[in-house]
This record gives sequence, C-alpha cells and structure tokens, in this order.
Amino acid sequence: MALLIEGGHIIDPGRFNATGDLVIDEGKIVAIGRGVKIPPGAARVSAAGRLVVPGFVDLHVHFREPGYEYKETIQSGAASAVAGGFTTVCCMPNTNPVNDNQAITEFILERARAARLANVLPIGAITKGSEGKELAEIGDLRRAGCVAISDDGKPVMNSLVMRRAMEYALAFDIPVIDHCEDLHLAEGGCMNEGLISTELGLPGIPAAAEDVMVARNVSLAELTGARLHLAHISTAGSVRMVREAKSRGLRVTAEACPHHFMLTEEVVRGFNTLAKMNPPLRTWQDVQAIKDGLRDGTIDVIATDHAPHATQEKQQGFTEAPFGIVGLETALPLTLALVEEGILSLESAVEKLSAAPARVFSLAKGTLQPGADADVAIIDPQAQWEVDPGKFRSKSRNTPFAGWKVKGLVMTTIVGGRVVFEAAGSA
Amino acid sequence: MSLKRKDLLSLAPLSAEEIKLILETADSFKEVTGREIKKVPALRGRTVVNLFFEPSTRTRTSFELAAKRLSADVINFSPSSSSVVKGETLLDTARNIEAMQADIIVLRHSSAGAAETLARGVKSSVINAGDGWHEHPTQALLDLYTIRERGLSFQGLRVAIVGDVSHSRVARSNIHALTKLGAEVRVVGPPTMIPMGIDKLGAKAFYNLDDALRGVQVIMMLRLQLERQGRALFPTIREYARLYGLTAERVKMAEPGAIVMHPGPINRGVEIAPEVADSLSSVILDQVANGVAVRMGILYLMSGAN
Repeated sequence: MALLIEGGHIIDPGRFNATGDLVIDEGKIVAIGRGVKIPPGAARVSAAGRLVVPGFVDLHVHFREPGYEYKETIQSGAASAVAGGFTTVCCMPNTNPVNDNQAITEFILERARAARLANVLPIGAITKGSEGKELAEIGDLRRAGCVAISDDGKPVMNSLVMRRAMEYALAFDIPVIDHCEDLHLAEGGCMNEGLISTELGLPGIPAAAEDVMVARNVSLAELTGARLHLAHISTAGSVRMVREAKSRGLRVTAEACPHHFMLTEEVVRGFNTLAKMNPPLRTWQDVQAIKDGLRDGTIDVIATDHAPHATQEKQQGFTEAPFGIVGLETALPLTLALVEEGILSLESAVEKLSAAPARVFSLAKGTLQPGADADVAIIDPQAQWEVDPGKFRSKSRNTPFAGWKVKGLVMTTIVGGRVVFEAAGSA
Repeated sequence: MSLKRKDLLSLAPLSAEEIKLILETADSFKEVTGREIKKVPALRGRTVVNLFFEPSTRTRTSFELAAKRLSADVINFSPSSSSVVKGETLLDTARNIEAMQADIIVLRHSSAGAAETLARGVKSSVINAGDGWHEHPTQALLDLYTIRERGLSFQGLRVAIVGDVSHSRVARSNIHALTKLGAEVRVVGPPTMIPMGIDKLGAKAFYNLDDALRGVQVIMMLRLQLERQGRALFPTIREYARLYGLTAERVKMAEPGAIVMHPGPINRGVEIAPEVADSLSSVILDQVANGVAVRMGILYLMSGAN
C-alpha cells in the first residue's frame, strides 16, 4: 500500500531541503516535493513540524552475533538501530568466529533477513581470523555481500600485509577500513595518556598510537591507490593528516563518533568504566579538532562504534572492563547538538548520518530520490527527552550519556516502505 | 574527632588538616606499640578483612598487626585461598565478605581504581592498601609520619623521589600528601619512567640524580621492578644503578643530615647501595615500625570509634 508523508521538512542532502510531501509505494520512494501526485488509497501520515530524512547509515556497529549473543544479537542490534533512526548498519567482523569467510557472512545476512528490521550489511575481515597474517578470501566475502573489509579492533600491524590487502581490494573496489592503533605503543593502555592517566595511575594510550597508524595508512593508500576509510578518528593529529591527504586527492575518508566530539578524558575520573572506549576519550583540544574536521568536511561521516557489553562486564575494575559503549539510540540527539552549537548545518548533520556514509561504502542508500529504497526516518527535532538506558532496545546498557537531557527524537523509522519503529505515544 | 569519610582510597582528596589528624592520631598509638602489652580495646568486636589480590608480606602483616593491637577480629583473604580463582568478580567477593559483617575491608589489588570500584559497591569502609600504579595512601602516611618524627617540618621541605615514578603508587600518594603540606617535591628517574604531566601534580621532574639531590632533606627511593628491563624502560640494571642508584657519595649532595627512605623491599646494589641502606641516615626500618602505628590510627579513625 502506498504511503504519503505529508507536510514535513524534508531533507535529502544535496537535493532537497524544504517543506513537502514524500510518497512511498512498493518499497520505493516514488515522489518528493510539493503538489506531488498522490496514489489513490494511499495511507497518510502527517509530518508537520517534523523532519523527514533518509534513514541513517552507520558504518560501524558491533552486533556480537555469532559468539557473544548475551551482549547483542543481530535482532536486538537491528531493533536498537531502527529506534535510533538507522535503517542501514554495517557490522564489524570481530564476532566469534570472526567473519572472515563466506559462511559467516551468509549467516549474518540470514539473521538480518529474519529480523526484518534494518539493512544489516557485513564487513569482512582483512586477514584470516583477524590475525594480521594471511589475507582472508576477500573476493568471496565481497561476493557473499560484505561491503568493506576491516580487522577492526585488531589493526593490521604488519605494513606489508596491509599494503597487500589494499592492493588486493582494488580488484573488487572494496573500501579498506583501519582502526588506527599501533598496538605496541598502546599496549596495556586503557585511557588517553596524559595528566589524568598520570593522576589515576592508569596505563595510557598516547595520541601517537593513533597518529602513527594514520600516517602509515595514508602512505600505503598513496602507494596503492586503495580506498582507505579510517574508523573513529579521535586525535587532532589524525584530523590534520586526513585533511592533508584529501587535499592531495587521495581516496581517504574518515568517520568520527559522537563520544569523541561530546566528551573528554575528564569523564574517566572516578574510574568510570562507561567512559572506557578505544580509541579513548581524548583532550579538549582533540575534541575541538574533531569538530573542525566535521565542519570543514575532513571527517565525512558520523558513525557510532556501537559496542554493547553486559552490565557485569562493565562493573569490573577499570583496567579489566572491556572497551566500548552503545551508540545507536543516542547518535541523533548528540549530532543535533553540533547543529545547536553551530558546527554543522542541519543538512550537513543529516548528510553525515546518511548520504555521506552511503557514498563512502558505495551503498545505494541514504537518499530520498525517486526510485531509491524507501528507507526513511521521521524526527521531532524539538522533542526533549532524558537518556534512560533501561529503555534501550539494545540488549546492553553501557552508555556514558545516561541521564543526559537531549533534544531530537526519532518518531518513525521506515525500511523498504515498511514502518519498523514508532516512538511510544507517537501518532 | 574522626575522619568524616567512609573510605580511604586516595590522598588526592584529603585536606592538609585530615592528613595532620591522621598523623596526630598515630602518635598515641605509637606510644601503645612501645608498651609491654601492646594492645588496646578500641576496636573490640569489630571485624577487619585484609583482602589482598596481590602478594604482599609487609603491608598485609602491618595491617594485621595494627588491627590485632586494636583488638579487632582480623581475617586474611588472598586469591589463592579464596573463590577468586573460581572466577568470582571483585565486587561479588567483597559483597560476600560484607555479608559476614566486615566493618573495614583493606584492599590490595593490581588494578588502579579497584579500591574505588569496591567502595562504591559495599557499605563497609574500604582502605586502599595499594591499587595498581594509582595510590598507596597508608604507605605515604607512614612516610610522612617518619619524616615528622625526625623533627622535619613539611613547609618548604625539599624531597626527592627517585626511580620508576610512572609505575609507582607510592610516589603518587607521596606527591599528593607532601605538596598539600607545603613540601617541594622533586621526582627523578630516566625519562621513560617519569609520567606525562607530573608537573601538574605539583612535582618537578629531573633526569639527573645529582642535580635533583642538591639541597634536599629527604631522599625517597623507589623499588626498581627488575622485570621492567624487558619493556624498554632502561637498558640494563647495571646502567640504571650507575645513573640512579643511591650511593654514599651521592647522599653527600643532599643537605647534611638528610634522611634516606625506601618503601621496601629493597634491591641492594641496584637502587640503593648496601652501605646507604644500613647507614645512620637510613630510616627504612623506622618506616616499617611506624607503619603499624599509622595503620592503627587509620583503622581507629575509619571505624568511627571514639
């Protein structure tokens, strides 16, 4: 049945930014604008005072299945995604077993189909078992449906292996993602290295651990011509190097996470394990640099690095607790905070959550163009609410934003023309 | 008077007055430890649990003796003899201990922040007996007590802390306490062992031991963890000893009458020459003796007993 979304503020980044109507039929966008032709018998939804945007695309989530289903499953992760306005998510391969072969990729896609919520697109491993030694069957992974390759939390330390991976990936035009961290420099570290790590006696991870790998990867991208995507950059040095690489026309893209532009290492005080993530929260200067990078386009994409962990795991001591926080259900208001602050226009904020990530991974997503899949989010940009992890759709509750009063609420999420999420109390 | 704190986790938040109160309280217990019958009934009926996840002889024994001399019931838990080896978390272990009505838990753990994590989860008072590289408050307090006992006043006192400051909880607690009381703290060691931003904690960093010792009244040596040689922190023990070992010759760089301290156990011939450890300027054994009195004072204050 056709659906008419009436009178909302529609933003299709780069194409349309005005009040209008959106018509969906048979799972596709069929019309956008004012005075559009309404198919007979279409259901009507009023979007007055609401934003109507392409469903968000997250290039970086961890759905934990197979292997760690007590933290998150593809079903619960996808439910969390659509509650946050995300209609497409790309899941990292650090499951157990690692997604380094066609069978695991197919399993993930099968689970995602069964969940019938969001589009879940797997990211394959660069090396077998993400051990950094032998290349995974990247051609098979691509054919099975992987949209990018990464060894994620286990960055490829051997530069020759990384070079070969970048070269090999050229044959499939698949982006190579690196979590930039020199594992020797970072060894044993659990927070940013600096005054606070010194005071708390916690082993630090210096900004240089990220910077040296960004430098290496940019050099290798230049050598090979590969499409390099840098996951969750967190330092001023990374922003500077990505800016420079882009100015030279290299095919380098980058993402930043809301926690890296909203929080500093100060939050770790009191040994707060909900402030433990990798890369770690950095300094005020780094946060400013990330914002500058978002503003001037150096950083293409906002991604969540949604990393669910069970409560008992985060209740351990700071050094023992795992890295990571959930992010899908808080990304929208935290991004809109950048609009309030004047860092991003509303359109560029929407773009960094939809059209830009789709472009980086060459996904036919993140747009409201007629003919595109009808993946849409309807947002109340003025709604104020308090973050309550108890209400998350995710299986996990690990967020440092609990209790924050935020603005911007997802009212309705539509995937392939089907309503998959509606906020409680929304009409 | 008592400390209005449930826990003693770190010296960073303590005021100079609170530190002085602890030292003064220790005075009266120092007198008790000199008696023929070294026992008072102050903590009779109270239970103190020593929860030591890291091997320790000196600190655990010192706490045990302190609690016993206050007539408390004392239980010692160590990982090898408890359910920790069965995978129980720190918090679960502590809650079980608490369920047995422990009034005070004394915790030693290899992870920074363990005491704070524990204190948030239990109603019992928690005393940090060393957590990772973070703090060792009772060691610093007994060091302060020992300095004070030598008639030195803290205001303007020049103290050099020598060695692996990065990995030292003793150094951190001493820097907090000494600077609060008005002392000038110098830290000295190879740059690989001086942590980033130490100056913001109020300590001045030196890389040359002779320069750092000039004019100090207190030389506080840190134990060198010999296994760190493999971590590219220093090339050889031989070179470390040559550059940062305290020799009789070097003691002369300090102010006449300067005292030499060490939290133990000492590596003779590495960070400290045997003749210095055994010299008249060494107060290493006074530190051990004072440890009991200071811990008695802390247990007494933490128990809220009057």
